[in-house]
Amino acid sequence: MQSTENVVSHHKRAKEDPFQFHDYYNVDELLDDEHLLARNAVRDWVKQEVSPIIEDCADKAKCPTHLFKGLAEIGAFGPSLPVEYGGGGMDEIAYGVIMQELERGDSGIRSMASVQGSLVMYPIYKFGSEEQRRKYLPKLGSGEFIGCFGLTEPDHGSNPGGMITNIKDDGDAYILNGAKMWITNSPVADLAVVWAKDEEGKIRGMIVEKDMKGFSAPEIHGKWSLRASITGELVFEDVRVPKENVFPEIRGLKGPLSCLSKARYGIAWGAIGAALDCYDSALRYSQERVQFGKPIGQFQLTQKKLAEMITEITKAQLLAWRLGTLANKGKATPAQISMAKRNNVNMALEIAREARQIHGGMGITNEYPIMRHMMNLETVLTYEGTHDIHLLITGMDVTGLNAFK
Amino acid sequence: MKLLVCVSKTPETTAKISFTADNTVFNTDGVQYIMNPYDEWYALVRALELKEQLGAGSVTIINVGPAANDPVIRKGLAIGADDAVRINADPQSAMFVAKQIAAYAKEQNYDMVFFGKETIDYNGAEVGAMVAESLDMPFISFATSMTVEGNTATVTRDIEGGSEVIELVTPFALSAAKGLAEQRIPNMRGIMMAKRKPLNVVEPVECNDPAKVVGYELPGEKSDVKMLDPENMEELIRLLHEEAKVI
Ligand SMILES: Cc1cc2nc3c(=O)[nH]c(=O)nc-3n(C[C@H](O)[C@H](O)[C@H](O)COP(=O)(O)OP(=O)(O)OC[C@H]3O[C@@H](n4cnc5c(N)ncnc54)[C@H](O)[C@@H]3O)c2cc1C
Repeated sequence: MQSTENVVSHHKRAKEDPFQFHDYYNVDELLDDEHLLARNAVRDWVKQEVSPIIEDCADKAKCPTHLFKGLAEIGAFGPSLPVEYGGGGMDEIAYGVIMQELERGDSGIRSMASVQGSLVMYPIYKFGSEEQRRKYLPKLGSGEFIGCFGLTEPDHGSNPGGMITNIKDDGDAYILNGAKMWITNSPVADLAVVWAKDEEGKIRGMIVEKDMKGFSAPEIHGKWSLRASITGELVFEDVRVPKENVFPEIRGLKGPLSCLSKARYGIAWGAIGAALDCYDSALRYSQERVQFGKPIGQFQLTQKKLAEMITEITKAQLLAWRLGTLANKGKATPAQISMAKRNNVNMALEIAREARQIHGGMGITNEYPIMRHMMNLETVLTYEGTHDIHLLITGMDVTGLNAFK
Repeated sequence: MKLLVCVSKTPETTAKISFTADNTVFNTDGVQYIMNPYDEWYALVRALELKEQLGAGSVTIINVGPAANDPVIRKGLAIGADDAVRINADPQSAMFVAKQIAAYAKEQNYDMVFFGKETIDYNGAEVGAMVAESLDMPFISFATSMTVEGNTATVTRDIEGGSEVIELVTPFALSAAKGLAEQRIPNMRGIMMAKRKPLNVVEPVECNDPAKVVGYELPGEKSDVKMLDPENMEELIRLLHEEAKVI
C-alpha cells in the first residue's frame, strides 16, 4: 500500500471545505431522524477526512488507502446489510444518503465504498454459503479485508454475458483462467468476487484470495478520472479455487446483475452529492466574483445556469427518494434503478460542466472541486452500465422489445 | 461514576438570524439546528472518555426543551451516551433551564455534571454555575483538560492571559472549553443503537421565570474600509478622533 501520511498532514491545515447543503424542496422532511443523523455524520467525516487530502490524491493519482479503515469505522460498508454479517442494519434510504455524502467528497471515495459494500459484501451475503458469510463478511465490514468485483473483461464490457473467463472442475477445486479489466480496488484487494463460466457455460461467482497461486492484479495507470480510486486488472493463470469458495446456488447473469442493481442504486444517490458540491461552489463563486461592476450572479445567463442546476438537483433528489422508498419495500425494479442511475449521473455531469463555466478560469484549477468531479463523473457515466445501455434497458422495459439482440 | 452531560440545541452556525413580532421573537423559519458544539465536542466526549477509562459507570444526557429537540438528543445517544432525559418545557431563560436540571439531578447523585462553556447562540455561560450552586457542588468553568484518579480530578481551566490548575474531589460540575476533548463523529452502528436507548421525558417542576426577553437587536452593519495614504498621518488621526471617536 502507498503511504498517504505526508499528504494528509500537509493538507489537513491547508484546505477548508466550505460546502453548504441546499435543499430547495425541503426534501429533508421526507427523511427520518436516523437518515439525517447518518447523512450529517458522513458529511462531517468527509469534511474532516476526505476534503483536506482529496485534491492532492487526485493530482498525484494516489489512492488514500488509509480511508478504507475510516470508511469501515463510520459504517459506510454495506450499511443496509444485517449487523451480524458486518453491515449496519439500516434501510435503503440511509444507504443512499451515505453514498450521496461520500460522492459529495469524491466519486472515487464513494466507489471504494460501493465496491466493498454492494459488489463484494452483498453477493457474499446474498449468494454465499453460511461458512463464506462468517469467514469474510465481518472482516470486510471492519475494513480488515479489502474486496473487489471482477465482471468486466477486456473484450466484454457492456456485454458481460459474452465473458470468456472460465472454470474447470478438478476434484475439490476449480481451475480458473482468464482476465478481468477495469477492476476498482483490485491492486490493493485481499479478495476478489469473480464471475466466470463453468463447463456448461453457466456464469458462476466465487471468492478468489490474493495469495492464491497464479492470481495477480496489476494496476491500470493513466486514468484521467477517479484518480483517487485505484483500478487494476485481475489475471488468472490456472488458479486453483477451492470449491468451498464458489457460491453454491446462483447461476447465470442475474448473480452479478443483482449486485450491480444494488451499486447502481447507490450511484443514483451518489451523483446528487457530486452535483450539490458543484452547485454550491458555483453559487458561492457567483456571489463573490465581480465583473463589469457587479457580482456575476446578477447576470441573467449565470442565473439561468444556477436556476437550472438547482431545478435538476431537486428532481434528482425526488427521484432518488422515491426509488429508496420503493427499495425499502423490496419493490424497486432493475429498470427503475437504471432510470435513476442514468438520469442522476448525467444530471451531475451537466451541472459540473455548467459550474465549470461559472468559475471561469478558476474552475480549471484544483482550487475548486469542479474539474475533479467532472472528470470523475465520466467514469460514473460509463461504469455500472453505460449511459446508453441504461437507456436501452428503459427502452426494453417500456416497449417489451430487446435492442441488445 | 455517574456522569451527567447537559446539552442544548442551537441554530446551525451559518443560520440567517432575524426576529419577528417587533423584534421580540427569534425567527425560526428555515433555521437548521445542531447540538451546541461545546456540549457535543468537549463535554459529552470527555464524559464518554472518562467512562471508557474507568471501564464502568454511565453517561446520561439531559436537555430542557420540547419534543422537537429529540433529534439533537438522539445524536448524543448515537455518539455514545447511555440514556437521555428531556425535561418537557420550552425554556425562556437560563434560570428556568438551571432550575429544571437541578431539580432532576438532585435525586440522582451524579459524580460529575458537564456543561459546554457557553452556547453559541446566546453565549450566556450561566446555566452551569446556577445548576452547580443549586446542587451545592463546586463549579469549574472553561475546563481545557482533566485527569481523574479515584475520585480526585485535576482540571486545567482557561483564565485571562493563562491557565489555572485545580485539584478537587467529586462531586463537582464543570464547563468544557476547546481542548477538553475532540469531536467524535457518530458512526452508523451508534446511530442504530441510539434508536433503542432510553429517552425519558420528564415534566418540568413549577418555576417562576423571573426573566423575560424585551427585545433583540442585530449588530450594526460593518462600514466600508477607508484606505489612506500611509504618509498621511494627520488625516488618520483626524478620522480616528472625529469619525471613529476612539481617540
Ligand atoms: C474507473 C473504472 C472502474 C471500473 N470498475 C469496475 C469494477 O470494479 N468491476 C467491473 O467489473 N467493471 C468495472 N468497470 C468497467 C465498466 O463497468 C465498463 O467499462 C463498462 O461496463 C463499459 O464497458 P466497456 O468499457 O467495455 O465499453 P463497451 O461495452 O465497449 O462500450 C463502448 C461504447 O459502446 C456502447 N455500446 C455497447 N453496446 C451497445 C449496444 N448494444 N447498443 C448501443 N451502444 C452500445 C456503450 O454504451 C459505449 O458507449 C470500471 C470502469 C472504469 C472506467
